[in-house]
Amino acid sequence: MSHHIVEVKDLQYHYPDQTPALGGVSFRIHHGESVAIVGANGAGKSTLLLHLNGYLTPTAGEVRIGDFLLTRDTVQDVRRTVGMVFQDPDDQLFMSTVFDDVAFGPLNLGLTPSEVSARVEKALETVGVAHLKKRPPHRLSAGQKRRVAIASVLSMSPDILVMDEPSAGLDPRARSQLISILQTFHHTKIIATHDLDMVVDLCERTIVMHEGVISADGPTMEIFGNDELLAVSCLEKPLRIQGCPVCSRRS
Amino acid sequence: MSAKIDRVLYEIGHMDSLAEADTPLHRLDPRANLLTTAVFIVCVVSFGRYEIARLLPFFLYPAVLIGLGDLPLGFLLRKLLIVSPFVIFIGIFNPWLDRTVLLQLGALDISGGWLSFISLLLRFSLTVGAALVLIASTGFTTICMGLEKLGAPRIFAVQLLLLYRYLFILLDQATRMIRAHALRSFTRRGRITLRVFLQMLGNLLLRTIDRAQRIHMAMLSRGFTGEIRIVRQFRFGPKEFFFMFGFSGLFILLRLTDAVSLLGHLALGGIR
Repeated sequence: MSHHIVEVKDLQYHYPDQTPALGGVSFRIHHGESVAIVGANGAGKSTLLLHLNGYLTPTAGEVRIGDFLLTRDTVQDVRRTVGMVFQDPDDQLFMSTVFDDVAFGPLNLGLTPSEVSARVEKALETVGVAHLKKRPPHRLSAGQKRRVAIASVLSMSPDILVMDEPSAGLDPRARSQLISILQTFHHTKIIATHDLDMVVDLCERTIVMHEGVISADGPTMEIFGNDELLAVSCLEKPLRIQGCPVCSRRS
Repeated sequence: MSAKIDRVLYEIGHMDSLAEADTPLHRLDPRANLLTTAVFIVCVVSFGRYEIARLLPFFLYPAVLIGLGDLPLGFLLRKLLIVSPFVIFIGIFNPWLDRTVLLQLGALDISGGWLSFISLLLRFSLTVGAALVLIASTGFTTICMGLEKLGAPRIFAVQLLLLYRYLFILLDQATRMIRAHALRSFTRRGRITLRVFLQMLGNLLLRTIDRAQRIHMAMLSRGFTGEIRIVRQFRFGPKEFFFMFGFSGLFILLRLTDAVSLLGHLALGGIR
């Protein structure tokens, strides 16, 4: 299934004021893979994500999503393939009811009203918030907002899900519920996050970014076992992999 | 100060939750509510400036709606009181400016100024009251959709929707800034100097622009091409027809004929 591949080749990006943000990033993500992008604040994770749906145009290098090389002409096709969940659900949920928000994408795809309603129902059911359909987004809890934000992307049936900090700001219960929902998805997933314990649960592969370049790319458990790499990239081992503070003191 | 903003936020939210109820009034197509309220407002404001008696029957409309929609009267009256200073300020000088005596009640001379002031207050209560009832029974979002269905420019409806959606976030952000300021302005007791206020305002504007950019990004990534589409099925059935033409007919009748004195004559004639 070559059409779900995400390929980035020597991607470079400079901000308009010439500050370099990405200095030659290359990777290839296959169909159905679940990949975490981790790194310190300002390492270039969010900038990289914004290239994957064509919001930013590379200064040099190329981005290929499935069969499309990302250009001005293909950007609409790319956006149809890549569903992007933003960090702040209040940015993502801009319509005044949950239903309208989840219907926004499908309506732009030109579907008929009955098809749109069916897709909205299905997307909301998938994330377990069908009962919130008529509510205005500003009266939802953070966990509910996050689920609706994911539904608003699912309703477009994307092949690839790109998420920026999906677990940020959630209480422990909402976080673990979100993780179990994401585990049921068969999409190709690309997740930028600081929540390394979630990475252990969700992603078999991890890309570490440091100062605009990839400093490591490999199986998650291997990366988190490499203390030296983590220290250089300003990261720490997921709590679950660290020794238990109570037991290890006892021994 | 921020507690006051919190309360305002809460009360706007409360209006929204009122609109979620399920009563005969709430089930009406919003277009019927909107048009009837429009006819009502036009009829009320088109009376002469000294008119009082003929305005009174119009209180029937909000009263019936409050009953039908099971709306909290006290809450709506409080909302009305909050806006009233503006109107009182507009009319308060009338009694001094216009001293011609137009009415005598026993020994009491009532000047045109007082009459026009009272008339203004009545009209204010009627029109703003009807608008509040409309919002509480229909909900802001549905009103915008109704407007759009009635042929208002789509961009206008969408602007209103986005405004309403982000009003809460903007107020919330402002509240947090004011709270942060209050927590670190010990001797000033939370009073904000002009210099600081301007900086806060600028800061809020910058944050708003940032957010607008992110919202645009979110729209683009979901296939936005310049037009916001909304699905809504409204049904203008016999109930709506009856509601709208019944009430509008009544308002126009009350406007064109002097029903109050007619009734009075009839009643008095009956006694005689």
